Amino acid sequence: MTPDGIARREWQRFTPMERLARYGVYLAIVAAIVVSIRTVQVIPEFVLDAPEQIGDLLRRMWPPDAAFYPEGIHAALLDSIHIASVGTALGIAMALPFGFLAARNVTPAGWLNWLARLVLISARSINTLVFALLFVAIFGPGAVAGTLAIAFHSIGFLGRLFAEALEVASPGPIEALRAAGAPWPSVIVYGYWPQVAPAFWALVLFRWDINVRESIVLGLVGAGGIGMALDTALNLFQWTRVAMVLVAILAVVVIAEVAVTYIRKKII
Amino acid sequence: MSPIPAAQHRAIAFPANWPVRLGWTALVLYLLYALSHLELTPARFLAGLEFGRNFLLKLLPPDFARWELLLKGLEESLEMAVLASALGVALALPVSLLAARNLMPGWVTWPARMLMVVCRSFHPVIVAILFVKAVGFGALAGILALTVASLGFLGKLFTEAIEEISLKQVEAIRATGAPFMSVISYGVLPQVFARFIGFASYELDANLRNSTMVGIVGAGGVGGTLFAAFQRFDYDFVCAIILSIIALIIAGEVLTNAVKKVFRA
Repeated sequence: MTPDGIARREWQRFTPMERLARYGVYLAIVAAIVVSIRTVQVIPEFVLDAPEQIGDLLRRMWPPDAAFYPEGIHAALLDSIHIASVGTALGIAMALPFGFLAARNVTPAGWLNWLARLVLISARSINTLVFALLFVAIFGPGAVAGTLAIAFHSIGFLGRLFAEALEVASPGPIEALRAAGAPWPSVIVYGYWPQVAPAFWALVLFRWDINVRESIVLGLVGAGGIGMALDTALNLFQWTRVAMVLVAILAVVVIAEVAVTYIRKKII
Repeated sequence: MSPIPAAQHRAIAFPANWPVRLGWTALVLYLLYALSHLELTPARFLAGLEFGRNFLLKLLPPDFARWELLLKGLEESLEMAVLASALGVALALPVSLLAARNLMPGWVTWPARMLMVVCRSFHPVIVAILFVKAVGFGALAGILALTVASLGFLGKLFTEAIEEISLKQVEAIRATGAPFMSVISYGVLPQVFARFIGFASYELDANLRNSTMVGIVGAGGVGGTLFAAFQRFDYDFVCAIILSIIALIIAGEVLTNAVKKVFRA
């Protein structure tokens, strides 16, 4: 090409294939939205009426019934937090083995990695509420079902992210330990653990924060905690009590988030 | 300088860390206390295992005989997730621009941040209950509930992305005398676009998961079918529904990963 030709050449950020792929995605997004709007069953009158109805609901909720807090909310709220904590702890205990099995550098057996990944994906795909429904059917209504639901769903999240943290661990210390003739428990405790501990604690804190939110809804399907109080108040149309429960939930969730942020800064 | 005594000189590889040990003890004590509150006794657990075995036997084999009902529910869940994600992105864009501390003064960012915190604090299912009471049963309540959740999460992620941009390009565009909208569209958005696509596809994924659940409280989607089957003790249909939900979620994950690859997000 002549220098003149190079100067006049048009530069583009993406290759034609990349541009085609991008426009394909845009087209698919627009098509999905249009198809959804056309087929989803929404009654237009309800849409137009919605702001007025929501306003009416908020008026009925005001003012929140503060007197309901000591008698109906406090104990249930603590129960929810306990469910989240014990559920997270149980979840960790079950997630760790799967995390080690799923990490390709820790377990150099392809079929075991694959099996562990399958377990983790299934646990992550089944919502906490579905687990709660299953465990309520097995253990009866109450906090036990809720705790197990939280624990089983957490396996997927904790196990997958823990395995990812293990896979990026530096092989140097591990080789050094192996060369010194260390047995595999020592390799894990002194080789892998110090490298993944910060990531592990960050994951645990993050999951606990999520689990506090999740434990709050479990009561709706009878699995214990504050959700049961909310469900009762809703079914009896006691809107000021509903409002108080919501205020309490908001407070707990915000406090949990602040606490997690603070602890994370302290230990990592 | 006085010589250091030999005993002090030798460093211990893993020294005892008393604050950490204290923290561990407190954590274990709290967990034991919480456990005692939840009445999780071994006897109850063993009784449950027996029930669990019977229950699992009732779940199998999955019964796909009513696949038309199942498909209708899944389709509605998918539509709800798509619409809620689209609405969520549309609302989160302006709110996150208002909440970004590097672009806006403090009195604007605080209300925007408060709005996002409130949206994020409530589980979509709880928001769905309120919308069911406000606008009636059906997909609309679900879409609105998922939109609120999306606004909370996308708003937070978008705001963090905007706050990490390089201000040099923004200043360069301001220096040319460009109006506010041009600063946003030429100075800010090109820097965050790929990350926004990544977050939005993550949110679509999350909405898909939650859209299969809000039906439990009557807000449309396959969750209603699932809850009804549970209440009728129709466990082989329950199993079929759960398996299809898992398939839908995994398909959604594969799809959003493909989109992320196209945009290198």
